[in-house]
Amino acid sequence: MDLSFVILVEMLYAVASLILIGAGLAVVFGMMKVINLAHGEFMMMGGYATITAVNLGVNVFVAMLIIAPLIVGLIGLVVERLVIRHLYGRLVDTMLATWGLSLFFIGMTTMIFGNTTTGISTPIPGFAVGSYQINGYNFFIIVVSVLLLIGILAVLKTTRAGLVARGAMQRADMAASLGYSPDRIYMATFFCGSALSGLAGAVLAPLVGLVPTSGGAYIAKAFITVIAGGPSLVAGLLSSAGFFGIVSQIFTFAISPVIGEVALLVAAVILLRLLPQGITGRFLKGRL
Amino acid sequence: MTGSLSRDMILTIIVSAILIWIMPLMIATYTLTVLVIYGMLGLSLGLIWGFGGILCFGQAAFFGLGAYTYAIAAINIGESTVPMILAVLVPAIFAALLGAMMFYGRLTDVYLGVITLVVTLILFKFMNSTAGPQYVIGKARMGGFNGIPGFQTLNVPGDPDAYIWGDAYFYVCAVALAIVFVLVSALLRSSFGRVAVGIRENETRIALMGYDVRARKTVLFAVGAAIAGLAGALFANWGEIVTPNLFSLSQSAEIIIWCIVGGLGTRLGPILGAAGLAYLKFLLGQQSMIDNTLIMGLILVLFVLFLPRGIVPALASLWRISFGRRPLGRIHQVRRTRNREGTGG
Repeated sequence: MDLSFVILVEMLYAVASLILIGAGLAVVFGMMKVINLAHGEFMMMGGYATITAVNLGVNVFVAMLIIAPLIVGLIGLVVERLVIRHLYGRLVDTMLATWGLSLFFIGMTTMIFGNTTTGISTPIPGFAVGSYQINGYNFFIIVVSVLLLIGILAVLKTTRAGLVARGAMQRADMAASLGYSPDRIYMATFFCGSALSGLAGAVLAPLVGLVPTSGGAYIAKAFITVIAGGPSLVAGLLSSAGFFGIVSQIFTFAISPVIGEVALLVAAVILLRLLPQGITGRFLKGRL
Repeated sequence: MTGSLSRDMILTIIVSAILIWIMPLMIATYTLTVLVIYGMLGLSLGLIWGFGGILCFGQAAFFGLGAYTYAIAAINIGESTVPMILAVLVPAIFAALLGAMMFYGRLTDVYLGVITLVVTLILFKFMNSTAGPQYVIGKARMGGFNGIPGFQTLNVPGDPDAYIWGDAYFYVCAVALAIVFVLVSALLRSSFGRVAVGIRENETRIALMGYDVRARKTVLFAVGAAIAGLAGALFANWGEIVTPNLFSLSQSAEIIIWCIVGGLGTRLGPILGAAGLAYLKFLLGQQSMIDNTLIMGLILVLFVLFLPRGIVPALASLWRISFGRRPLGRIHQVRRTRNREGTGG
């Protein structure tokens, strides 16, 4: 009984963290068809922003939920203006340029913070379920990712800004002729995507020892989750994160964490082979 | 791509002979050897990406696979000839299987990128976790994160005690690169190579003309992997150790940067890009002011933005504009009309 509860929490946590990792990339890819390979580094910078803010005496939740997304969002804004904006519609070129950016940011962070591991302790204490110990912070991550999904859905579905953004993604020329500037909408969307990456990195920061290269650990998972999810943003993210999270946790509990990771990757290869357009390319078509 | 194959071959032999003679006078052969090996690795991706249009994010997987195959086989056999052959064959077969899975599933650009990336990651994670004593192939322990040291390095075929090392090893690598280069040239001039370029340009049209696009892409992918595997085996001999870092993402990234900077769709570009950037990295490694990765990243971004075709095609078109005899494009017309006006007036 206790064990099954622990496994359930761990599975929810795995799904939630995949959603969190993938969200920023999904906004940028799903809306703008730009694959941001510097996504992992955006998350890494979110983590560093949090740790720096906490060390300066800011409350840890303020640092995580407000400061880190803002800082990373602003960095994303600069990147969009300087680099990405020239490459819209050239998928492979954006991938290469953002890969270059990711290397650039790794180098930059190494120069500023040094090549050492930094970290903060988790702000929520753990508790015992029967004879097992559960990390209380896992619940926080689950809550954040649920709120995140609801938030994205609400913004896209119910607000005027969401409507305009969706319209501009479908037909930029039509949106332009109706008086909205696609250039500005892309800019704002990229800002939101980067801010989400920053948030994810910040929220996950207390769980990992942060080094300048930790972005690499996120990018592959984020990339796989988003691509396997397919064209629709929320439904794709939810379905693929659910699938991969559960697969990797089953193998983690049954065999070992390393096999769990490998199982996730193998599942991704098989899934893409069977559904080359992603899960929502086949099912749940046309949903958000 | 003008001129005949034999002219091409003679030119290659002359140029590479001169380079092999001159370069050791400027750069130490130990460094030069690894530049040549990277050049071969760059050429392997340049072939499948530049001429086949297959963007492989995991060329490092085949490089690492070649190195590991060589190391494991060399420990078990104790002589280097068979391991060298295996180091070419194993990545090629692996790539053929992987390629068949991808191309017969009609996966294209981004999805191809994801799968090759993921396969590289699987190998990286797996190799990192093989530290325990149960991970043994024959006599070779996989060693996990620490890799496999202390295997038999390259020797004269048939004589396990006659090691090839130092300057001699540089000559072996350089000649190997020249041979691979000639073979790649020959492949590209064959009908297979021309069809491959056609597939890059317009896959549907080539398929409608009756060629089996999937099989051709798979074969090309395997050929690229074979070259990468050979480079990996040579690298294992040079470094005398193989570690999981050969499979790392940064290794894959670097190969792509070499191709972009050197120039896609040329044979020479990826080689020069690889050797040049690796040497730049070597020089930058001697100072600690600016981080190495930062500069590599900056180079990639700037090239994608300002010179997406790479150095070699840009130089080639500059050469053609300046010295070419055939009228090519507007500049010549402008110049000619200007001349005519000059003589007329």
